[in-house]
Amino acid sequence: MEHKTKIIAEEGKQELLITREFDLPVESLFTAYKDKELFEKWMGTNLLQFEFKEYGNYHFETRSPKGDLMFSGKGAFHTYIPNEMIVRTFEMDVFSLPPQLEFLNFKALTGETSKLTMHIIFKSPEIRDELLKKPFAIGLDMAHNRLENILRKIN
Amino acid sequence: MKLRRDVFQAIADPTRRGIISLVALQALTPTAIAENFDYSRQTISKHIQILTECELLEQEQNGREIYYHLNPKGMKDIADFIEPFRNLWDDRFDKLETLMKKHQSKS
Repeated sequence: MEHKTKIIAEEGKQELLITREFDLPVESLFTAYKDKELFEKWMGTNLLQFEFKEYGNYHFETRSPKGDLMFSGKGAFHTYIPNEMIVRTFEMDVFSLPPQLEFLNFKALTGETSKLTMHIIFKSPEIRDELLKKPFAIGLDMAHNRLENILRKIN
Repeated sequence: MKLRRDVFQAIADPTRRGIISLVALQALTPTAIAENFDYSRQTISKHIQILTECELLEQEQNGREIYYHLNPKGMKDIADFIEPFRNLWDDRFDKLETLMKKHQSKS
């Protein structure tokens, strides 16, 4: 099955391109990015801070049902044009990786469909590859934790 | 026993990326590969060894010469590293789409 989300990560480059077409009007897609409650829902996270304005900050964290910190990220909105673009910085403090610069472009394809292009710039090609490997590493971690839980129950 | 090296570490080096681009076009002997670089034959041999250990290059004996060619399986492994990242975003965007469809019909 073909993925709706496409990732272009050319070898040796410090950038990444994520594209996705949505079955949504561009206004609706943009709303999912500017509305605090909606953003929390689809990202599956908790927003501690969310100031959608020029140089406004945002900070979110995701905790396990037990309350352990799983994921946390923060950054600042630099500029935006409604239904067109957002420029923001982003830093995942749990991974201690340097901040990245993100250019989000929103484009109407038809009245009912739209396309999002995320252009992300990293400090170096190595940092980009580090980040790309993270979900892979998290997947392994989670499998490991599950195994640990099962073993704990047995003992 | 040789340590299985990190594929990402292998392709992080510009010389090794250069070697990959060269052998992607055609199978080459170590001498032919080294001719394309200003480094010593030993340095290039070391890079070739690392790429081979990571299974990005494969050896092929042809008469008295050893030829190196690209291992498509190894290159696919690199692409597979991106898969979990793509899946992560695909899931998030699927949620966004479902959520906003509901939100639209409400308003």
